[in-house]
Amino acid sequence: MRYLPHSDAERAEMLGVIGATSIEALFSAVPAKALKTFDLNLPKHSPEYLVEAHMKALAGKNRAGSDGPFFVGAGAYRHHVPATVDHLIQRSEWLTAYTPYQPEISQGTLQMLFEFQTQVAKITGMDVANASLYDGSTGTAEAVLMARRLTRRNKIVLSGGLHPHYRDVVRSYLKDDADLECLSASPEGQGDILDHIDETTAAIVIQTPDFYGHLRNLKTAADAAHAKGALLIVVVTEIVSLGLLESPGAYGADIVVAEGQSIGNALNFGGPYLGLMATRKEFIRQMPGRLCGETVDADGQRGFVLTLSTREQHIRREKATSNICTNSGLCALAFSIHMGLLGEAGFTKLARLNHARACALADALTGIPGVELLNKTFFNEMTIRVAVPAAPLVEALAARGILGGVPVSRLEPENPNVANLLVLAATELTTDEDIAALVAALTEELA
Amino acid sequence: MSMNTQGRPTGTGTSGFASTSGSSMLPNEPLLFEIGDTEHSGVDLPDAEISTSRLGGFERKSALDLAGLTEPEAMRHYVRLSRLNHSIDSGMYPLGSCTMKHNPRLNEKMARLPGFADIHPLQPVSTVQGALELMNELSHWLMTLTNTAAVALTPKAGAHGELLGMMTIKAAQDAAGQSHRTVVLVPESAHGTNPATAAFLGYTVKPIPARDDGTVDVQAVKDALSPDVAAIMLTNPNTCGLFEPQVIEIAQAVHDAGAFFYCDGANFNAIMGVVRPGDLGIDAMHINLHKTFSTPHGGGGPGAGPVVLSAALAPFAPVPFVRKSAGGLELVEHAEGDALGRITAFQGQMGMYVRALTYMLSHGGDGLAQAAQDAVLNANYIKARLAHAFSVPFGDYPTMHEALFDDTFLAGTGVTTLDFSKALIDEGFHPMTMYFPLVVHGAMLIEPTESESKQTLDRFCEVMEELAADAKAGNTERFTAAPMKAPRRRLDETRAARSPILRWERPKELPQAAE
Repeated sequence: MRYLPHSDAERAEMLGVIGATSIEALFSAVPAKALKTFDLNLPKHSPEYLVEAHMKALAGKNRAGSDGPFFVGAGAYRHHVPATVDHLIQRSEWLTAYTPYQPEISQGTLQMLFEFQTQVAKITGMDVANASLYDGSTGTAEAVLMARRLTRRNKIVLSGGLHPHYRDVVRSYLKDDADLECLSASPEGQGDILDHIDETTAAIVIQTPDFYGHLRNLKTAADAAHAKGALLIVVVTEIVSLGLLESPGAYGADIVVAEGQSIGNALNFGGPYLGLMATRKEFIRQMPGRLCGETVDADGQRGFVLTLSTREQHIRREKATSNICTNSGLCALAFSIHMGLLGEAGFTKLARLNHARACALADALTGIPGVELLNKTFFNEMTIRVAVPAAPLVEALAARGILGGVPVSRLEPENPNVANLLVLAATELTTDEDIAALVAALTEELA
Repeated sequence: MSMNTQGRPTGTGTSGFASTSGSSMLPNEPLLFEIGDTEHSGVDLPDAEISTSRLGGFERKSALDLAGLTEPEAMRHYVRLSRLNHSIDSGMYPLGSCTMKHNPRLNEKMARLPGFADIHPLQPVSTVQGALELMNELSHWLMTLTNTAAVALTPKAGAHGELLGMMTIKAAQDAAGQSHRTVVLVPESAHGTNPATAAFLGYTVKPIPARDDGTVDVQAVKDALSPDVAAIMLTNPNTCGLFEPQVIEIAQAVHDAGAFFYCDGANFNAIMGVVRPGDLGIDAMHINLHKTFSTPHGGGGPGAGPVVLSAALAPFAPVPFVRKSAGGLELVEHAEGDALGRITAFQGQMGMYVRALTYMLSHGGDGLAQAAQDAVLNANYIKARLAHAFSVPFGDYPTMHEALFDDTFLAGTGVTTLDFSKALIDEGFHPMTMYFPLVVHGAMLIEPTESESKQTLDRFCEVMEELAADAKAGNTERFTAAPMKAPRRRLDETRAARSPILRWERPKELPQAAE
């Protein structure tokens, strides 16, 4: 087997040094009735070319984004990733390194995380960011728990514009407790969350651009929350939007959680993704996840270490802020390299380009009879109401070779009010030809 | 090079303990923000015309102040940084509990096929049948290797899997009117994530002491069991590298008391294809795809932590999951019956599923069993070779995939486990896991994995023997001053924590003429 270095002669020699008669003797602590009493009934080892053929056959049964016009978003976005990014993250020293617990021989990863934390803090307009979490959805659940610890209050209110998957994850983490209030879906961008804040509220959670694409007023939300001593948690699922939109921090957000997949990371059918979390300086000791900090070595040279680990499970065990034991290191690296390549000039341009493509899509859609655009505001994503149920319409578009957005009913099957709603996204990869093809197909399907 | 990544012997010739860190081959690399500026960019994009903005007045007014680099600058920055890292590809990582094995590049190639990397989690299910087939196939392998009834693929990492596993136990007990069970038994040798997970779900953690031989006593478990106990969280093979000899009796006692058996599967690499945890009586166990099934650690994630479940817990597996239906495979996205709701948006770590399945198909069932046996062989070989120079806390048993030593052999030398580990860096090896498990004083936990050749193991053992002899001979400075040849000397962690600097700030008065 190509990954196993020992020859049988070496195995025998090593057993001799150990003083064991056989490999089986090393498993003597295993109860006899559990040791290799079974026939595994799995395929035998296989050469590389046969494994490759098998995997390619599976991949070939999927429609890739590059196969045709593509308008799917709703929390994961198809952007261009520069070739440099994927080349660099496959370097051995990045790909096959362990968590940087031995800082003397992990300064590459640590300095990168310090740079990453700085980038995330700047983009979100917050004081500090952590070294990443699993993804935006679990990050939102962690933010909610963090807000409870900070305020010693329990009530959490989730906006009706929050991604339904994110809402569901928070419900799972909080076991649907009585203090969790999930407002009903608000596809028109209507917001009544401010009426739900009271003196028992730990935090309100607002997504912007929201699940339906609307831009939400964070200033009024922050003021209303703070007036009652509650925190404002802002969720951003499309991080590219912050190249063009004012940062949540500038409006007074207390915790910002974002999905960072759009920068540097492929769609990957949902994972691995990249949870971003940023907050105010005074809240860091309640923030979950790894943090990288600057220090000096014994010679006084600048260096970086993982720090404030007294919050974490390997030190605090049952008193930890979270059970999290990992971050999303390689995805954070991809993000940081891509963001480093973009810089302020490129990030701003990329965001403008996304908005421009979305404006073109919106203008084209509003010209189709039977299509109603629900958004007055949007960044690169929008919701339309059509005259027919959206789910079969999307299937019909797929049959025409167009991945035409996400029917809201797929995420909200219980809600009859959203059956005819379709969420569509455009990015820098969306061409005029793509839009023309979608318009032609929609026009025919809705005729 | 300041780091001996070739693993060549360097002897004790580190005379004159002046700093040798840094070298012309590894210059200090400035921060991204110290190299780049807001004008430079390594991405060419067209200028977009926006006739009517739909941003509703929420346009950015504050400056981003994000540094940018052109492509050649970025390439050099990240390549230079990368060279400050140790990695599996450049040297051995004898890290106990972490299973730092070889990461095959075929896995990476397969994960980048457009049919896997460029598919969206919410595109029509009819257009991703191959992805569902892959998830189904991976599930089959995991269930077969563990002899369990179901698997929940979505957990994003081992700790996330633990959380999900314990959530299914809680859900099963709530459904059975057993909500009064509020205690979880956790052996003292457990990973920190175990008590953290139990506490996260509101359980009270009750520690189970280890026996003198490093294993858990079935009688101690029986004594701790009561009608209030929801579950035991047991690592097997345990964190001392030992197979729990009474695991079947422990499972029986736990089940007799109406509780569940959560098994921490971090050490599955020792037994895959050789022992099926389902045969031992486990109810739930997470499997770290980034340990056992070779998906890369990536400098700290992303991981993946699918959880296998017994028949009793299978109905509580969370959405989404793949199910066979008349028309092919379907993705069940909304909870029916007892199923738990989502613990993450979307379908979990698909990129890791591809890598893990590629690894499984490459090995086959026979190769996986051989890998486990080689991992155990390697650990026992290290233990046998070093026993004379080191102190073995639990000497009577063959170890599994890890060799555990304590610091008795360093008594009176003035050298600590930490010092000893740092000296290993100067010899081109990553330190072993230190001070874990907590049940052993000054623990050194070594997990070679099956990937290391006999030559490398011999080299490692020679270095270890030589270091032990040097420590006993009183050459303490080699240890207390270590590492000398890494890109950095020891870093001041106290200073980092006391007044945290967690981001770069532009110097208040950056002298323009400097440099």
